[in-house]
Amino acid sequence: MNAIEKPAAFGPDLDLGAFKRETSPWPPCTISTLPEDIVQRALSVGISTEEKERAGTYFQIDHSAILQTIRKTFSGKAEIMTTGEALKKYRWAKEYWWKIVAADTDKFTALAKLKWDQGYFIRVLEGQKITIPLQACLFISKDNFNQNVHNLIIAEPNSEAQIITGCTVHPNVQSGLHVGISEFYVKKNAKLTFTMIHNWAQNFNVRPRTAALVDDDATFVSNYMCMKPVKSLQMYPVAYCKGANSRVRFNTILHGNQNSHLDVGSKVVLQGKGSRGEIITRAIASDNAQINARGLLVGEHEDSKAHLECRGLLLSDEAFIHAIPELVGKVKGTELSHEAAVGKIAEEQIQYLMARGFSETEAESLIIRGFMDTSIFGLPDVLKKDTERMIDATFGGAL
Amino acid sequence: MPEGETHVLLGPNGSGKTSLITSILGFPSCHILSGKIRFNGTDITTMPTDERVKLGIGVAFQNPPQIRGVKLGDVLRHLTRRKFDEVKLAGTTNIPVDFFGRDLNLGFSGGELKRTEILQLLAQRPDFAIFDEPDSGVDVENLEVIGKAINEFLKNRSGLLITHLGHILRYLKVDKAHVMFYGTIACSGKPTNIINRIMKKGYKWCERCPKVKRLH
Repeated sequence: MNAIEKPAAFGPDLDLGAFKRETSPWPPCTISTLPEDIVQRALSVGISTEEKERAGTYFQIDHSAILQTIRKTFSGKAEIMTTGEALKKYRWAKEYWWKIVAADTDKFTALAKLKWDQGYFIRVLEGQKITIPLQACLFISKDNFNQNVHNLIIAEPNSEAQIITGCTVHPNVQSGLHVGISEFYVKKNAKLTFTMIHNWAQNFNVRPRTAALVDDDATFVSNYMCMKPVKSLQMYPVAYCKGANSRVRFNTILHGNQNSHLDVGSKVVLQGKGSRGEIITRAIASDNAQINARGLLVGEHEDSKAHLECRGLLLSDEAFIHAIPELVGKVKGTELSHEAAVGKIAEEQIQYLMARGFSETEAESLIIRGFMDTSIFGLPDVLKKDTERMIDATFGGAL
Repeated sequence: MPEGETHVLLGPNGSGKTSLITSILGFPSCHILSGKIRFNGTDITTMPTDERVKLGIGVAFQNPPQIRGVKLGDVLRHLTRRKFDEVKLAGTTNIPVDFFGRDLNLGFSGGELKRTEILQLLAQRPDFAIFDEPDSGVDVENLEVIGKAINEFLKNRSGLLITHLGHILRYLKVDKAHVMFYGTIACSGKPTNIINRIMKKGYKWCERCPKVKRLH
């Protein structure tokens, strides 16, 4: 396959040979019997160790899927297994495999095809409403290691679920490469909220490749959060609003710090009658971070509408944010709009809060915390609590 | 300004009323070239804004900035430090409780801006309260609400009201009036005399005053 040589369209190029693939397998176990340092890192990306807080759990370390469980209350309503098992168990599964992400897109998709290390299959069965989140953790325990997962998520007609995926590394890991292919199928009148939280390491490289296909009257909400240093992260997930009245929303919260290079975007393609899309991005750059915040709305149906909003906050003169919002209208009648703003904290705002008795530091932290206000994302309560806890851990609660 | 009194500062647009406030607060936009600012015997000329505020100075601003994501309720709770009920306080300025969840000054109408500014000041409870144009853009019904709230609040405090319209003065007990021209207090005196003249004849009347002519 030539694609293995093909650099990605965006982000710094990487030498795939620089990372190790060899590892010894991890035996299956429960979250509570995992080493404490692994548990702590998993908690930092929204993974809960409390059984009652999650409907089901998938946990993968390096190349080994160590845990796939569904709580009894939800058995027969949702399924969790490795994608390898799913492809064996269900003959139809291959109809969803490499269908909306092309394996020859670039060297990272090619790598995931040639050197595939499982990943999760999550399926919410027809008509089932999973009232508490399902969770998946993708973990890397070895330094300079390469993990390539391929996930498949199917929300069957009239189903409803929330999935939290946390991706992180062991505290001893400094460098490495994680490639994650994710294909989402949200079927008629289904609603899927997917929240992905990343916590990598200073010299770590991350290349997710994600696509979603959204059917009639279905809703797909994708929340992404990365607040911790990473060497390079490049992703540009796409959602196809194929069905009539399909809805897609991408919410992204980025904090680029140290020498992080983040190239993160979201794409919505409006193909169905009455389809609607929304992209909301908040990016903070401090230290020497470089952030490219992309967004693309494509209107292919005359009754379609979407909006893109990107706000960037610069906390350092050495950091930069490049907001790149793009609109492509292919038929008359489609309504696409965007607003983007990049700047530093307004001095006027700090003075105003100081005039209310806040110290300068308190005022700054209040403004930054407000900038990262998750209430605009309309997250379900349980996710809102988790994400706010993580933002508070990074920027501190001024109050 | 003597303790416990309420003064009103009048003056045409651009005469320096708001600059006086930003100087008292120590905003970097104003440089003190000469003179000192003393509050309760302490020289605060070079003090950072938040420390001045902690000594007991508070301002209700004329044009407060919008701050996305920072909720009115968060600021109020910080100011009251849970010692008293901010909800009850909101009632006295006619601010519905659902405003607590809204972003500071974002999408507020002119009247709502004034009322939430005053509400924050009531929660802050400074010994010396400055109100910058609390009556501009406020409808008649709310003017009375605001006037009464300010009057009640200033009973045991010192207050400085800045206005060029003077509407609010109907509801307030004021001890003294000052008129500012070209950055200087041109005259001070009994509020009723000064206010009535200005309300009737406008600042044109002041411009004919020899004192103002000299300043010019």
